[in-house]
Amino acid sequence: MISGDKIKEIESLALRIRKHIIEMICAAGSGHPGGSLSAADIITVLYFYKMKHNPKEPNWPDRDRFVMSKGHAAPVLYSALAEAGYFPISYLKTLRSVGSSLQGHIDMLSLPGIEMSTGSLGQGLSAANGMALAGKLDKKNYRVYCMIGDGESQEGQIWEAAMTSGHRKLDNLTAILDNNKYQIDGKVEDIKGIEPIEDKFKAFRWNVIKCSGHDIKSIISAFEEAEKTKNKPTMIIADTIKGKGVSFMEANPKDFHGRAPTKEEKQTAIEALCKLENL
Amino acid sequence: MKNKAATRDAYGKTLAELGKINNNIVVLDADLAASTKTGIFAKEFPERFFDMGVAEQDMISTAAGLAACGKIAFASTFAVFGSGRAWEQVRMSLAYTRLNVKVVVTHAGITTGEDGASHQANEDIAIMRVLPNMTVIVPADYIEACKVIKAAVDFHGPMYIRLSRIATPIVYENKDYNYKIGQGIVLKEGKDAVVFACGIMVAIALEAAEALKSEGISTKVVNIHTIKPLDKELIISSAKETGAVVCAEEHSIIGGLGGAVAEVLSENHATPIERVGINDVFGESGKPDELLEKYGLTAGHIISSVKHVISRKK
Ligand SMILES: Cc1ncc(C[n+]2csc(CCOP(=O)(O)OP(=O)(O)O)c2C)c(N)n1
Repeated sequence: MISGDKIKEIESLALRIRKHIIEMICAAGSGHPGGSLSAADIITVLYFYKMKHNPKEPNWPDRDRFVMSKGHAAPVLYSALAEAGYFPISYLKTLRSVGSSLQGHIDMLSLPGIEMSTGSLGQGLSAANGMALAGKLDKKNYRVYCMIGDGESQEGQIWEAAMTSGHRKLDNLTAILDNNKYQIDGKVEDIKGIEPIEDKFKAFRWNVIKCSGHDIKSIISAFEEAEKTKNKPTMIIADTIKGKGVSFMEANPKDFHGRAPTKEEKQTAIEALCKLENL
Repeated sequence: MKNKAATRDAYGKTLAELGKINNNIVVLDADLAASTKTGIFAKEFPERFFDMGVAEQDMISTAAGLAACGKIAFASTFAVFGSGRAWEQVRMSLAYTRLNVKVVVTHAGITTGEDGASHQANEDIAIMRVLPNMTVIVPADYIEACKVIKAAVDFHGPMYIRLSRIATPIVYENKDYNYKIGQGIVLKEGKDAVVFACGIMVAIALEAAEALKSEGISTKVVNIHTIKPLDKELIISSAKETGAVVCAEEHSIIGGLGGAVAEVLSENHATPIERVGINDVFGESGKPDELLEKYGLTAGHIISSVKHVISRKK
């Protein structure tokens, strides 16, 4: 059982990560806050509780792997890597600037700790399958994690990959669907609904777990159940809110999919997040 | 040059041999293992073979994941699907990442034959060579294809290797030679014109050069098996020596070997060039030989191009 203190620690890390996301996107003048904030709690649990990894040895062969298939959510991953010690936190403000390793979309060659380059939606789950297959072949017991978006799930390749993971019984793979209900043009359900998404993955021979994507305990128990599941990959459908933690973004997820906050908006957001931290 | 063999057979045989000595090799296919000849490897090393079903995009990105964990991944399907259907996966997951995946495709070009235009990739060299970090190779015959597959294992990084369905003449019979990626091979010296050829057109170019010799025209023939990185030095020096260039490839005249040679020469040593290839049209069903004739890919076509380009010399 996880202690209350540990949960508090993860929650406060997730808040810091949210602040980094806002700061760095504002500094860059562009980027994707909505889908970074919705993923913040899950990513924090992965990097600070669940995954075996070592910032001092990013290529440690036995490390767990994480593939961020929705590569536009780069800021949440960069923030987690910086907090974990892969590079200095002060480097976050170079996001999207010429010569920076913090590319607008994730680039594995420019930054240690990144497992796969993404940005073109739909490809990451296949790559995660490849890593899980390699793990089985090499009889390693590392796990592979992969986050996909709900809008991204409209891509055909997601379903090609889902069929592969199910068919090959990749129980060393845990995928997370950041189910924040929005994509660029509006609500996923209005544009091209993906429901019933649980049934879809079940039909593709996955073990499916639902969790509340902003509740640390719920996220952890989903990951633990996934780890115990044999002969099937697990999809965690995480119920999330786009822009989570910043009320004006939560209220306007369409606007804040891919727009940077202005300086004033940033100030408001940071103040609100600081208040949450002191609760 | 009587003996014939298919480059895809060279692939299947060599891959299975290499599988024995290198445990790191994994092979993926997209429901065409019997045709691409990866089935030979599959039979010997089932645990290292992944049939991804009819899902080329998934196959390429899965290969990327395997390579990210240190595997040497070979991914095979027909040329039209490996280059076209999965182009963006090759771009994003292989070229951008420089991962060690070899996309080895078969059934390239018009000699795919009876299956018709849907299956005849005449555009793949163009769309593969435009990608940064990609190495693009078209072996001239069975012997060279064996060497290319071996070289691919020793080379780290993404590659596109283009093979044929049908048995084609052996160029390198009883000739042992040192194959090097990126290094063109002079097969015949000549001073009036040079033919740069790749793939099945190498043997046809040699045939044309023989015929031209009897008419008193001395033609140099160079095998440009690596389209990228291109052997610029050899191309420029051969153009300087002869002053007239013909490019021959079983591919569109747009963007392939002819395009690549024209780019290099126009910037370094402007020389009259003629391109022998598919003239910006789709193919059709038919016997490979009939199609080569109808679409302008015979020794006769090379002969008239050589004569014409010589007439354009200043
Ligand atoms: C193949 C591809 N098509 C289009 C885009 C442009 N794009 C970036 S994000 C996005 C919407 C993604 O929605 P979702 O997966 O729900 O992400 P989230 O809401 O979590 O940010 C689109 C269409 C892209 N990056 N890749």
